[in-house]
Amino acid sequence: MNHLVIAPVLLPLLAGILPLLPHHPTMRQRRLFSIAAVVAQLGLALALMAAVSDGKILVYTLGHWPAPFGIVLVADRLAAWMLVITTLLALFALLDAIRGADTAGRHFHILFQFQLFGLNGAFLTGDLFNLFVFFEVLLIASYGLLLHGGGPERTRAGLHFVVVNLVGSTLFLFAVGTLYGVLGTLNMADLAVKAAAAPPENVALIRAAGLVLFGVFALKAALLPFHLWLPAAYAHASAPVAALFAIMTKVGAYSMLRVHTLIFGAGAGPAAGLSEPWLLPLALATVIVGMLGAVASTHLRRQVAWLVVASVGSLLAAFGLATTAGLAAGLYYLPHTTFATAALFLLADAIARRRGALGDRLDPGPATTSPRLLGGLFFVAAMAVAGLPPLSGFLGKFLTLHAALDHPLLPWIMGTVLAGGLLGLIALARTGSLLFYRVLPSEARAAEPWPALVRETLPIIGLLLLGLGLTVGAGPALDQARAIAAQMLEPQAYIQAVLNPGGTP
Amino acid sequence: MEALMALIIGLLTGCGVYLVLRARTFPVVLGLTFLSYAVNLFLFAMGRLTIGQPPVIAAQAAGYADPVPQALVLTAIVIGFAMTAFVIVLALKARAELGNDHVDGKQEP
Repeated sequence: MNHLVIAPVLLPLLAGILPLLPHHPTMRQRRLFSIAAVVAQLGLALALMAAVSDGKILVYTLGHWPAPFGIVLVADRLAAWMLVITTLLALFALLDAIRGADTAGRHFHILFQFQLFGLNGAFLTGDLFNLFVFFEVLLIASYGLLLHGGGPERTRAGLHFVVVNLVGSTLFLFAVGTLYGVLGTLNMADLAVKAAAAPPENVALIRAAGLVLFGVFALKAALLPFHLWLPAAYAHASAPVAALFAIMTKVGAYSMLRVHTLIFGAGAGPAAGLSEPWLLPLALATVIVGMLGAVASTHLRRQVAWLVVASVGSLLAAFGLATTAGLAAGLYYLPHTTFATAALFLLADAIARRRGALGDRLDPGPATTSPRLLGGLFFVAAMAVAGLPPLSGFLGKFLTLHAALDHPLLPWIMGTVLAGGLLGLIALARTGSLLFYRVLPSEARAAEPWPALVRETLPIIGLLLLGLGLTVGAGPALDQARAIAAQMLEPQAYIQAVLNPGGTP
Repeated sequence: MEALMALIIGLLTGCGVYLVLRARTFPVVLGLTFLSYAVNLFLFAMGRLTIGQPPVIAAQAAGYADPVPQALVLTAIVIGFAMTAFVIVLALKARAELGNDHVDGKQEP
């Protein structure tokens, strides 16, 4: 049994618990420890990615209880891909946080590690109830992180976020309970086998449970009409937390992809293709609503939050095509949009801090200090998010449209994605010109010291460079995305690996 | 017994949904509690309702009570308990910081 599979789950758990022991480390020690833990997780995620790169599916049976009786962790290409994206994002969010945002509350680093614990676990688990538990872990950590720093606005946004997610968790349990009551198992591979062989009188119940699950994941992913919790919550979180939360909506998208290719995939008989009539239209509507929200925003951070909503729409529209090319386009688009929106959140904070009382309000104000650097970074990030060539956002959208060429809804997809891109461009162009060109005259201010400026912009530049890396290395990245998509659409290998690890029929 | 159980779960869920949609934080917290009671009973019932059966399969027993939903309910109770405690503290914090107990923090006209 390969212990590498459980290491990305155990490491953040231990890294979260250890600082709680009565030793009282200094802030500097906490920061170093937290960074070391995230770097180690990145190493583990990369090692796991290498281990599954040949298409092997690694299964870890906890307590050596064979599936479906025990809980299993499963590492396949998709899980490794998500882990690498998460840890890369976490590294840069943490680099931003250690500049001072982590001192606003007591347990930032502990909550941060628990958040990673929940995220990594959700990507690796092969058990539906275990997925619920990891969702709760990452949610309760995210509640703490969202409220980190305090303030009435944050409390108000946090209350909505918590209540909405608690209702979502209840629905998740109803769906899991129904599936268990009908199929008698919670292991996802076993669920796939049992759902395919379900007698006709049970199909309606399975479909109902599957659609409730779809609703829950749509809530986590902020798919229309469940997107209303996101803008306020993300706009009021502190910058590194908002950057880390860029991956949270992707957990919903990941779960949707996992459950609906594995349990309700093409091989599921009468329950197959459950979410397909819903996913694509809702995703397209999400793109438009998200972009309209971005155009209508009066605050920069809220605008970025709406762009996150729109990016979820683009991502799920690609997944909604349900073809290898569509899934590959989505999986290529996923890291791009995660890094680009996270960079924009950090940048929005850097800009807001230089505008005094105006903050991130989109009103004309005096020029910020270091306008060339910040303006240049904003320009690159905006190009990436709006999907202009030559950056990875353009490639992701191009791949989505290319994959949609044979789809019956092609005019709708084409029209929506292009119109969404145009709206995003308008919103960001207006914001950029307002922040950096149409500035009010002000007295010249002293240039900022370089070391502080470098430390501040390093995480932003790093995230944008990752996006640039996706553009330059589009070939290998896309090959990887295609390999993941092919593996997702062949769930038999996953089922075999989990239920029949010896390989004997 | 099944009909009674279904009625109870339905009633609890109905009350929970109604209360969650209220505008004050206290009814919302109560509603979340009702919803978690309902889902706990629902999970429990998903192992089928049996009386006087052993929890493990034995050769001479006529049937067995499914232990898995009971384990699930235990987990769900623990998580629900922690979440309720958290949301109560958050509601109190919101009451203190926003000055009233409206979920949007707005004073009604």
